[in-house]
Amino acid sequence: MTSAPATLPPDTAPGRRQRGTAARVRRPGRPPRPGRLRRGALPYLLLLPALLLELLIHLVPMAMGILMSFRELTQFHIRDWSSAPWTGFDNYALAVDVNRPVGEALLGSFLTTCLFTLLSVGLCWLLGTAAAVFMQETFRGRGLLRALFLVPYALPVYAAVITWAFMFQRDNGLVNHVLHDQLGLGGAEHTFWLLGDNSFWALLTVSVWKGWPFAFLIVMAALQNIPKDLYEAAALDGAGIWQQIRRITLPSVGAVNQVLILVLFLWTFNDFNTPFVLFGKSAPEAADLISIHIYQSSFVTWNFGTGSAMSVLLLLFLLLVTAGYLLLTTRGRRDADAR
Amino acid sequence: MPASPRARSPLDPPRSFRVIRAVFLTLLAGFVLLPVYVMVTSSLKPLEDVAGEFRWIPSGLTLRPYIDIWHTVPLAKYFVNSLIVAGAATVCSVVIAVFAAYAVSRYRFRGKRLFTVTVLSTQMFPGILFLLPLFLIFVNIGNSTGVALYGSRGGLILTYLTFSLPFSIWMLIGYFDSVPRDLDEAATVDGCGPLGALFRVVIPAAVPGIVAVAVYAFMTAWGEVLFASVMTNDTTRTLAVGLQGYSTQNDVYWNQIMAASLVVSIPVVAGFLLLQKYLVAGLTAGAVK
Repeated sequence: MTSAPATLPPDTAPGRRQRGTAARVRRPGRPPRPGRLRRGALPYLLLLPALLLELLIHLVPMAMGILMSFRELTQFHIRDWSSAPWTGFDNYALAVDVNRPVGEALLGSFLTTCLFTLLSVGLCWLLGTAAAVFMQETFRGRGLLRALFLVPYALPVYAAVITWAFMFQRDNGLVNHVLHDQLGLGGAEHTFWLLGDNSFWALLTVSVWKGWPFAFLIVMAALQNIPKDLYEAAALDGAGIWQQIRRITLPSVGAVNQVLILVLFLWTFNDFNTPFVLFGKSAPEAADLISIHIYQSSFVTWNFGTGSAMSVLLLLFLLLVTAGYLLLTTRGRRDADAR
Repeated sequence: MPASPRARSPLDPPRSFRVIRAVFLTLLAGFVLLPVYVMVTSSLKPLEDVAGEFRWIPSGLTLRPYIDIWHTVPLAKYFVNSLIVAGAATVCSVVIAVFAAYAVSRYRFRGKRLFTVTVLSTQMFPGILFLLPLFLIFVNIGNSTGVALYGSRGGLILTYLTFSLPFSIWMLIGYFDSVPRDLDEAATVDGCGPLGALFRVVIPAAVPGIVAVAVYAFMTAWGEVLFASVMTNDTTRTLAVGLQGYSTQNDVYWNQIMAASLVVSIPVVAGFLLLQKYLVAGLTAGAVK
């Protein structure tokens, strides 16, 4: 980050020189074309700080992560990771061997994350879309409600999630107080929410609470682009409000949904903060999301080699899903355009 | 209520629609506000009250937790650490991203597509992927050169750039694209250099976008937990990790946790609500396009 100020001043000088040559080239009466103002070194110089940092914070660590995944990297080799014994694909074999504890746990965590992500993204999308559609029209208090709906989005994760952790406490939490003491559901015995199978639902609740405002924001923005005449024409033709929503509003959100769902998927699948604040370093098995699982495999059991192999596998999975999703959705769009 | 001039349809929505809307939005508002209510009321409760069964209404109001939070853990120190780390990460990523986004938005050059695809894809990678190697790089640099990156604020700032830089570049490209090219072309015709055009025309025209990106970068850095929990030590700990200090072996000071949560939330929530317009426009401009 110290490289940033150091590399900025040199940018100016070649930039000016560049202007001179471009002006000379343009002189024979060629009008400047947008996007082709000048070529040469200037764009690269502008990019230089970003390129250096990208190299430092993304490309080198990724390359290292891949190298690390082929080594037996435990706490004994932390001081000099390159001295760790090379083990080839052993870490990968260990990670995917579902007949042994490590692979079995990873598979369990992966499946939990898939189910969790599916439910969370679905609910976030549903709530966000419904709220945006309902708030498309002006009514009293709309601005206030909109600001209020964005609060979960604005609150720092740990402050919000720690409050949920308090609400899910077995003996002094709000959830059990309401469910058991006030509504009389589930008997008098208080439920554990942060341990055992119920932890999945606790995590899902928090994740949806935190995630849906983003869907709301994006869908709301998309709805603003729908021309009002469409609704007026539909209303004059006798279409009721529900028909208008079904025929005009929802189809118009289609294109945005593709990006929205992909972003929500990636965020939820990669989320570390929510389970970590809710459960701590090791989550209950029912809510053991993949990020936490890799963290635990690396920093709690101190096996960085296996953790790296798991990270690389996770990355491959995400790349595959993203590529497949983009291919499907763009092809769908192209087909629709062709028709 | 008189029909507003922006009324969507000439016909008012039927009663059934309004009832369903009211019910749905009320329930949703309740869901959203529930933790906020708990946070605010519990932060004003005496310890006996939060240690026992949950009460909707505090038995007695006290400001005690707001005084105690500063002593139970060195909250002020964590606050300053968070401020420095989040602030520096924001400034670095926005400054560097402005130049990069300008290059991508205004020039054609070899490798442009590769650059944008790399930036976009690193944005979707999980933080845990970078955590392990960065941790080891920092430890190794510390061992071989004596430069203590691991545990330092500088090291933490560097790791925060892994998510704030790609995001900033990506959003700013969209913003700069929306500034008409005629404007900076006119400026170059008038004798501005390319950087003159950037500073005098493009940046001023894109101020809302730059503000939005900065606010968002700050918010994410302020709320970051993963890197903060691994890459900090006693002196550099940020709020994300420091808040755990309110639970001891014997007691969990829930009222103080809630008070501290509220205090650390106020800067970002206030900033968010103040700049909401820009932020919302900025976030959605990228996604809706």
